[in-house]
Amino acid sequence: MGLISLATFFPVLGALIILFIPKEKLSTIKIIALVFSLGSLVVTTFLWTQYQYGMIGINDESQFQFVEHLAWIPAFHIEYFVGVDGLSFPMVWLTSLLGFIAVVASWNIPKAQKGYFALFLLLDTAMIGVFVSLDFFLFYVFWEVMLLPMYFLIGIWGGPRREYAAIKFFLYTLLGSVLMLLVMLALYFNVQDPVTGGHTFNMLHMMQQSNHNSWLSRFDVRFWLYLALFIGFAIKVPIFPFHTWLPDAHVEAPTAISVILAGILLKMGTYGILRISYPIFPDIAKYTSYALAVLGVINILYGAFVAMAQSDLKKLVAYSSVSHMGFVLLGMSVFTSAGINGAVFQMFSHGIITAMLFLIVGVIYDRAHHREINGFGGLAVSMPVYAGVASLAFFAALGLPGMTGFIAEALVFIGAFSVYRVLTIIAAFGIIVTASYVLWTVQRVFLGKLNPKYESIGDINGRELFTLVPLGLLTIFFGIYPLPILNMIKVSLNYLITLIP
Amino acid sequence: MIKLALFIWLLPLAAFVINILIGKRLPRKGDWLSVGAIGISFILSLIMLYRVLVDYDPNFLVQGSVPWIDLGVLKLNMGLYLDNLAVIIVTAVSTVSFLVHVYSIGYMEGDPLYNRFFAYLSLFSFSMLGLVMWDNLFGIYMMWELVGICSYLLIGFYFTKDSAANAGKKAFIVNRVGDFGFLIGLLIVISTVGSFNLTTIHQAVGQGVLHGGLLTAAGILLFAGAVGKSAQFPLHVWLPDAMEGPTPVSALIHAATMVAAGVYLMARLNFMLTFDAMLVVAYVGGFTSLFAATIAITQNDIKRVLAYSTISQLGYMIMAMGVGAYVAGFFHLVTHAMFKAGLFLGSGSVIHAMHHSMEKTGIHGDPNDMRQMGGFRKKMPYTHITFVIFSLALSGIPFFSGFLSKDAILGGTLAFAMSQSNPIHYLLPTFGFVAAIITAFYMFRLIINTFYGKPKNESLFKHIHESPKVMTIPLMALAFLSLYFIYTIPSISPAGPEGGWFTHLIERPISAVATQLGHPVLFIPEHTEHAAHVNGMLISIIFALTGILLAYLFYYWKKIDVEKFTQRIKPLYALSFNKYYMDELYQATVVSGLLLWNQMLAWFDLHVIDGIVNGSAWVVRNFSFMDGWIDKYIVDGLVNLVANMTLAFGKSVRKIETGQIQNYILGAVLGAFFIIILTMI
Repeated sequence: MGLISLATFFPVLGALIILFIPKEKLSTIKIIALVFSLGSLVVTTFLWTQYQYGMIGINDESQFQFVEHLAWIPAFHIEYFVGVDGLSFPMVWLTSLLGFIAVVASWNIPKAQKGYFALFLLLDTAMIGVFVSLDFFLFYVFWEVMLLPMYFLIGIWGGPRREYAAIKFFLYTLLGSVLMLLVMLALYFNVQDPVTGGHTFNMLHMMQQSNHNSWLSRFDVRFWLYLALFIGFAIKVPIFPFHTWLPDAHVEAPTAISVILAGILLKMGTYGILRISYPIFPDIAKYTSYALAVLGVINILYGAFVAMAQSDLKKLVAYSSVSHMGFVLLGMSVFTSAGINGAVFQMFSHGIITAMLFLIVGVIYDRAHHREINGFGGLAVSMPVYAGVASLAFFAALGLPGMTGFIAEALVFIGAFSVYRVLTIIAAFGIIVTASYVLWTVQRVFLGKLNPKYESIGDINGRELFTLVPLGLLTIFFGIYPLPILNMIKVSLNYLITLIP
Repeated sequence: MIKLALFIWLLPLAAFVINILIGKRLPRKGDWLSVGAIGISFILSLIMLYRVLVDYDPNFLVQGSVPWIDLGVLKLNMGLYLDNLAVIIVTAVSTVSFLVHVYSIGYMEGDPLYNRFFAYLSLFSFSMLGLVMWDNLFGIYMMWELVGICSYLLIGFYFTKDSAANAGKKAFIVNRVGDFGFLIGLLIVISTVGSFNLTTIHQAVGQGVLHGGLLTAAGILLFAGAVGKSAQFPLHVWLPDAMEGPTPVSALIHAATMVAAGVYLMARLNFMLTFDAMLVVAYVGGFTSLFAATIAITQNDIKRVLAYSTISQLGYMIMAMGVGAYVAGFFHLVTHAMFKAGLFLGSGSVIHAMHHSMEKTGIHGDPNDMRQMGGFRKKMPYTHITFVIFSLALSGIPFFSGFLSKDAILGGTLAFAMSQSNPIHYLLPTFGFVAAIITAFYMFRLIINTFYGKPKNESLFKHIHESPKVMTIPLMALAFLSLYFIYTIPSISPAGPEGGWFTHLIERPISAVATQLGHPVLFIPEHTEHAAHVNGMLISIIFALTGILLAYLFYYWKKIDVEKFTQRIKPLYALSFNKYYMDELYQATVVSGLLLWNQMLAWFDLHVIDGIVNGSAWVVRNFSFMDGWIDKYIVDGLVNLVANMTLAFGKSVRKIETGQIQNYILGAVLGAFFIIILTMI
């Protein structure tokens, strides 16, 4: 068993152990969850130190790193095939990081802790699994395994409308999964394994256009398959108009689950498009690129406008995610080096920044037990440290230079402008709207006269700072020195765009 | 040199990081760290300036860069670009910043967030110094945003006041509107030139890589950034509100340095402005200079008068950049930084005194209101003297620095108008000269109202005291820097800056557009320039003196009744007093429009988009109910029917099974008979 498998399955091992511990032993359960999520982070961090920066990946197995390639269900050509390249590794590392931080953030979860942490660790494994899978069937299995714990985590530990939100999330995502399943099967039956001549679930074989049979080479077939796959991923991103599950799920989910939802799950949508749709159907990707760019711009502006109208702080942050994911879409729709690197960098950057924002909402919700923006005011007086950390996160969200969001957005703009001039100008309008809703929110929550209700509210505690400070430092570090990430992703992504005709 | 510059730049950053994290626990709350850092930067910048002066080469240039982002196609480097322009402005920034830091020790004493104030000042100094030293537009844009956020934090420093919180937000958002243009300009540059480096852009524009309408558009869009940052019409609305910040901040950020960043940008990019772009720049600047001056006359808040004056003076500089009076515009940037910082610090000294007096007497009121002042001359001698010096400099009176630079701008504008065939361009010098009268007028209105005459509020007046030395010494230093000869050495002629080190070191860069087209874009013959300069000087002296005289007639000798006069021009007065209702206009259109639009979209999102989602769920649910009904009553009904029928049949047949043997025998016998009969037939 290799290190990738270790990183993937370490959390679920913890879940198994938790199942054997009586539910009264709370601290043991928590410590096991902590240790096993941390273990995964340690392994992925070690992998980073071993990472070969020059290797491409994408569609060549020899260019992937830490590959494990074993037969799993040979009768149906299903393999256990995992590995990482520049596209997936930042996401793998981010997942293990946020998985660990989310465990810390879940420390005071009020009920049924045993079930919660067991499910959470299962979720952690599934998420890492999605990012390392190179076999479509394996990918699909992890994708589905992820859904189930998520459903319960929202539906049992969530807010007042948790059941509605959980079912909406589940069904919506399931719709996407069904479409993905259909495409997967269509590919399975129509792609030939160049070695054995049989069917294959190997994604890399599917990317070789010469392995496609004549049916799969027909434009209309390819178009509909691409579209079905795209909708499956679009729901996850979420791309307008498939985004309405997001505010509900976010608002009802417990803090740590919102962090995971926004930080990791949304990225799976764009990751899937880049990992699967683009290399398998490069011609259709090109054909539909303008539409994707338009959708990206809609996401950016629509998300920002609607965010500004929200009165619930968590909903506002949720819509800001819609807006920020628009940059990913715009960047990846143009097939320029700056654009696509900016897009993936934004996936990483937004993962960190939005995680901070949701943690920040959680801090205040734990104390005030509500999230009405207008119900706060002047909190910077009674919670100065919290206000400082929150301002940092909000500034990161509005794309302040010196933090990752700025680099990502700047690269996307640079990459997109040379291709779609007018669209980029419209998208750039988003920087004004973003500044408006961010600063307006900061003002209503932290500035002005202190709301007398919150005179004696406690400032942020050590555990909460422990979840926020590392993320804050990362946004600043990679905002000033983005090279470790950019050097990793650029080799793979620059190659990926050469596949597009 | 590069190493020196790096120290100048990064020392304040180090002070910021330490102060924001542990400043509260340091002795004296860490003010010495920030002051020390900028103090060393100041000394180092003097060394740098000294080297430049020893060199005395107009083409002095040191560059150094390191690779930063490299995506293969796109390469971004980080580097410094130190020419005379940069060195001079770095010195000016660090000088003003250092003096303001020192002054703040006294002004901010006892503030609960004392350490944070110094931390923000340090962050600002870092960003501002970076802005003027970077060698590429991307870096400039980054620092541009950072000074913006510092400005936001410092304007909203007294954040429990709603007006302060609002002002900070407004400043940042209005600036972002300008930055939107800036960003598009940057994108045009990178998509055509392929680099943000200033030298590379210069070459590329010279070779015609970026040309024609797109070049004009790039110039105007980049200028939009300057319109925001330098508070030019129509994005000037944030600067007066920015006066909500502590006064040292107004002096440093909103008078001397950050707001001049727009002018700096236009100076840096002067080489790529086409004639059309320059016209836009000139007219925006010229109009702003007059427009803001007309508002300044009627304001009663001492800082607001100065704020509008700043807008107006920035307009002068911008106009200078537009008419090709590059040297004059940049010169005014430097001299204005000194005397306007001085004016703000002086007004801060007055406000400080007012504030303490109000605390002592228990009077609640606005310490900035000139209608509560008067006669402060005797109580605050140092503040008074220095304030007069700054005002004379601002009004453009000979022997003071402002005379040299402002006069050069007016001369340059006149020369531009004279060299153009279209007489409409005489509008530009007209803007400038009229604004000059008004400037002298409102400055002396301010001085007379504050320092002369009888105290308007005796009880307040009793407790007015001169500020501590830590505040007056920076004032004196700035007053000294407002004297003319500082800028004309080695020449000591008070008539103009010619022959001085400043005009020797700063030269108008060769226009890359001209190189591209092969002929000058804007050509002003030498004799025209000379004639314009002499005329301009005479007119501007006369106009400045007229303005001062008018102020004395109105407010000191009271020969003209102010009340009566304002009654007679009531509509005009109301327009000026209410700042032409620009804020109200923006509130009613842009702000309300945006909020309404957001609400509409949110409604659409909740009821239409999500409505479709929930609607389809409803359809599916009802379909399955119906399906369930069919299943239950029709499909299952059929099944049950079959079962029931079987059951009923069974039931009826069961009756035969009586359990009595005689019945069965009877049946058997009858059956046997039946079979026998059947076989017999």
